[in-house]
Amino acid sequence: MSESCEITLTVNGVRHQVSVEPRRTLADVLRIDLGLTGTHVGCEHGICGACTVLMDDQPVRACLVFGVQADGSSIRTVEGLAANGELTDLQQAFSRHHALQCGFCTPGFLMLAEGYLAETPAPDRVAVREMVSANLCRCTGYQGIVDAIVDVAEQRFHERPI
Amino acid sequence: MATASSARQSQQWVGQPLQRREDSRFLRGTGRYTDDVPHAFALHVAFVRSPIAFGVIRSIEVTRALEIPGVVAVLTSADLGHPSLTGFLDRDEFVTTSMPILAHERVRFVGEPIAIVVATDRYIAEDAVEAVACEIDELTAIVTMDDQVPSQIPIHDAAPDGVLVDLRMFTDDELEGVLAASPLVVDETFRSGRLQAAPMEGRGALAEWIDRDDQLVVTVSTQLPHQVRTGIAQALGLVERQVRVIVPDVGGGFGFKAVLGREEVAVAAAARILGRPVRWAEDRLESLTASFQGREQEYTVRAGFTEDGVLTGLAADIRCNVGAYSAFPFTCGLEPIMAATEFLGVYKVPRYASRSRGIASNKPPSNAYRGVSRPQIVMVMEGLMDRAADRLGIDRVEIRRRNTIRPEDFPYTGPNGITYEPGSYLEALELCAAQVQQLGWWQRREEAAPGFIRGIGIANFSERNAYGTATMGLRRMPMTPGFEVAHLTMDASGDVTLTSGTCSAGQGHETTFAQIVADRLGIAPDRIKLRQGDTDLTSFGWGTFAGRSLVIGGGAAAVAARKLATQLKEVAAYLLSVSADDIELSNGNATVRVSGESMSIDDIAKTVHFRSHLLPAREEYLLESHGSADPSGMFSNGCHAALVEIDAGTGAVCVLDYLVVEDCGVIVNPLVVDGQVRGGIAQGIGSTLYEEAEYSSDGQPLAGSFMSYLVPTAAEMPPIAIHHLETPCYQTETGVKGMGEAGTIGAPAVILSALNDALRSRGAWLEHVPVTPADMQQLLALPIETESS
Amino acid sequence: MKPASFEYHRATTVSEALTFVNELGEDAKFIAGGQSLVPMMNFRLARPTALIDIMHIPKLNSIYRDGDSLIVGALTRHRTLELTTDASVVEGFALLSSAARWIGHTPIRTRGTIGGSLVHADASAEWCMMARLFDAQMTLEGPRGRRTVSSGDWFQGMFSTAADFNELLVEIQFISPRRYGALAEFARRHGDFALAAVAVAFDVVDDRLCNVGIVIGGVEGIPVRASEAETLLEGASLGAVDVEGAARSAAAGVEPMESEPGEAAYRRHLVDTLTRRAIHDALATRVQ
Repeated sequence: MSESCEITLTVNGVRHQVSVEPRRTLADVLRIDLGLTGTHVGCEHGICGACTVLMDDQPVRACLVFGVQADGSSIRTVEGLAANGELTDLQQAFSRHHALQCGFCTPGFLMLAEGYLAETPAPDRVAVREMVSANLCRCTGYQGIVDAIVDVAEQRFHERPI
Repeated sequence: MATASSARQSQQWVGQPLQRREDSRFLRGTGRYTDDVPHAFALHVAFVRSPIAFGVIRSIEVTRALEIPGVVAVLTSADLGHPSLTGFLDRDEFVTTSMPILAHERVRFVGEPIAIVVATDRYIAEDAVEAVACEIDELTAIVTMDDQVPSQIPIHDAAPDGVLVDLRMFTDDELEGVLAASPLVVDETFRSGRLQAAPMEGRGALAEWIDRDDQLVVTVSTQLPHQVRTGIAQALGLVERQVRVIVPDVGGGFGFKAVLGREEVAVAAAARILGRPVRWAEDRLESLTASFQGREQEYTVRAGFTEDGVLTGLAADIRCNVGAYSAFPFTCGLEPIMAATEFLGVYKVPRYASRSRGIASNKPPSNAYRGVSRPQIVMVMEGLMDRAADRLGIDRVEIRRRNTIRPEDFPYTGPNGITYEPGSYLEALELCAAQVQQLGWWQRREEAAPGFIRGIGIANFSERNAYGTATMGLRRMPMTPGFEVAHLTMDASGDVTLTSGTCSAGQGHETTFAQIVADRLGIAPDRIKLRQGDTDLTSFGWGTFAGRSLVIGGGAAAVAARKLATQLKEVAAYLLSVSADDIELSNGNATVRVSGESMSIDDIAKTVHFRSHLLPAREEYLLESHGSADPSGMFSNGCHAALVEIDAGTGAVCVLDYLVVEDCGVIVNPLVVDGQVRGGIAQGIGSTLYEEAEYSSDGQPLAGSFMSYLVPTAAEMPPIAIHHLETPCYQTETGVKGMGEAGTIGAPAVILSALNDALRSRGAWLEHVPVTPADMQQLLALPIETESS
Repeated sequence: MKPASFEYHRATTVSEALTFVNELGEDAKFIAGGQSLVPMMNFRLARPTALIDIMHIPKLNSIYRDGDSLIVGALTRHRTLELTTDASVVEGFALLSSAARWIGHTPIRTRGTIGGSLVHADASAEWCMMARLFDAQMTLEGPRGRRTVSSGDWFQGMFSTAADFNELLVEIQFISPRRYGALAEFARRHGDFALAAVAVAFDVVDDRLCNVGIVIGGVEGIPVRASEAETLLEGASLGAVDVEGAARSAAAGVEPMESEPGEAAYRRHLVDTLTRRAIHDALATRVQ
């Protein structure tokens, strides 16, 4: 076991200082050290995407980043979405389109889509489907997930400030 | 039990596509799965696992591991007192074998747990695992069902030939003669690859001994809370009361968690021995290589047909590679029994005989995976239909039409002894075929670009589900599942708590059970809270599998709700001075039908709790009821069609379009039903074109990551259109049939059918899954594509 | 699936990174985006004793033009290259942007770097193929100073490069722009590493192909040039490109890896198909 390092993370707008072993993944830092268990761990080798979070606004696999690498960065997790208590448009669309069943992969899909839509305001269905293929869901067959994201993209596009 | 027709309710909530009440917490990240349950003091576990497939353990050296700071204990089988689990069938054809919680004497597959390391965190536990030295004498691994049993000790001494179960459940002395006299006998061998259910959440457990309650509290990710309790109690020498199993949110089950794994027992044992809380979260490597698998099967079948394509008889030899152990509680007989019993599907087969075997190998044990053998038997039956149609020059829909059990045949009893209640077998087939026509698929089939070939597949099938005790009893298990009991309690605010021994792993029970109860109580579903997954809070039940929960658990809830409604009406009748028969419960009120006079159900609840002196003396106080259900089991049915395209340049298969006609009786929530269908199809497509838990010839797993075990992504999924038929079930109050497995069951058959349609012109024929691009290319032995694409 | 322990050091300059590696020795490893290294560490298939984090060396994250050459800093993210479509920057290298889209998935591309990919040297990796295709020069800094390795010498074998453990890849210079190009890949699932991939690029002068480059990835231990097929297409007039011949030649020229029977023949078949498709797609980019 090697020396612990002090790191600073801003998670959902709140600054945290934690002491972690260098080998601790960001996913484990969030879950174990900060108690933010909404970020799930599904494969620990970067394929399933259940642990996807936004790191400095970009979607990343939290299992493929060590906590020490993230020192000084700003992280958004699923717990940061409905910040004022009300579900966001994206979360509501997931429910409306039955884009989740067991819910285990859902936080990863939400963060993936959140990061993607911020950068790609008007994607078509083909592009959304390709983007969604970054993460695995074993329950839904994905149709609801794609529908929900397309729905929100359209909604946000029409409601954008002109 | 009341018959469905007499008690059917007016349905305000049943049938509505209500958004699920579970969704909010899952969307906020506040769902709580086993590894999310906080425990400040829990120790973490990793397992020392066998690196080889078959061998004799000579020694286990743990000293170095114990020297690592943070390591609390390294426990072997001897340290736990050699506990084991035994899945058992009361049949002469079944060889009883035990599964030790930790391997001792022999290891029987790569990944089998040998020792449990307990440490202050999982990282350190894994360091310690590397420091444990196991000396194992390697033996020749038995990997496939065709591996010769070498002259060495067998996998299990009790089964020297490796056959753990050998069933001849159906025999027919006339069959051979009938086949000999049949104008056409289709003789084929079908195979299916080994699979892993791969729920996104692996297994997991958190165990702690609570002295105050004289109880081991075990939080487990499972579909079977009470069976897990029984197994842990048996293995650790406790009485059932001393084990409390709690199941929080479960991140997918699919049968993979309809079992008690040895790791969960080891974690419980470690907590008991160490007197400290202990937790384990299965990682993906463990999940893919060292848990439970299934579906590695081979069917050698001979089916006789008349010149008109009518089935005369069928003989089947079924072999299932069940792996190294018989899983608890459902045993390695699960796949062979299911395959033999339900082989005939929606078809009238006059004569039938089968032999079905479960054969041991040095691979992880098999257990239920969504559909259990039905994906295979449907693939075989539909393959036979396609083959016979080709040979006889009959249209593929027509040959199915000629053999399908028709509406006038119900109730139909087959040579498998099963009596089928009404289903829409023919109607589903006709609707599906008409849709294919109407959607222009036949034209699209001809529109493939040069270098691509298209085909259309069709698969008509049934899915038996919600097996009650009468049916399960025929399997002769010492633990015979089937019934469910539901409890309802209305509290002083008029809200209702429902408990059930079923256990959701994402199916949305909290919503659908509430819809059923809401209609009967005349209150909104959001006033009804379902509690599952706690053996101390719910009555004994059999968990969630085989499409049983909403049928049996929901059926029991309906009965309980009817009784609670009666209680509410009686109180209201007294307070309103009318007869209970005059009261109607709706929109949160108890209303007198004639006068319209009413009082709120909330007020009734308050009165019963806080002012019961205003009521006449009663035998039972409060507002509580229970209901039970135990149907014998029923068939839902469906017909799938798929349009596929083969890329001759790469051998890749693309499913272009997919069509479903399904009949699961009364639909409680269409959102949930469609979700189950689509998700099931995704898994079915995975098992047909992508997924296989492959092993090397010496038993090393080749699919130990999601880079090699290929779960389909959104990019591999076709659009799926769904049509509903509704033939209500006569066995329950709700009219509901199970439907969780249909998607998975139909997909392999329909895709194989479509591929064979595409390949017909090339003279090629497929009868195995998964079909890989390399297989396809080899099969086509394609002259290199000449057209541009 | 937790990694073995290691020390962590963050470098903010190249010289700091080199000082660290000299002190820590051969069992230390540079980490950039970590998208290949961390999975291997989680499986404990890689177990460096120390990681030197180079992600915070700002000057290695850059894309600029120097005459014909496109110079890309080693820490440039896949995603950045994917989104760099400005003609003044990528003229002659437009294929880089579309090649980036084949790399894994978005959350991998936001973090993974071109330098990391080239050092990892997976034979099917898009950047490894692009390096071969556009005759990249890899610039290393190490104890003996700065040196440059051509893409032909860079790949030494499967997952093995000409870089010494104490040398840091700092930039990649793509030196042979070509106007037209395409990449064709085949993988079982979307986003997976390719079973085979073929990249084609060329210029057109007087309606004839010139500077033809064809690279085959994922089939041998390193990405390889299909030189016979290149020769065959060189000078071909646009109306009479022998696509079939080039595809056959490319397929005949490879020596595919084989881990199970039939695999080599299958990969060879894929090379044929993908070469044909890549040439067609590249020709189509001219029409657009």
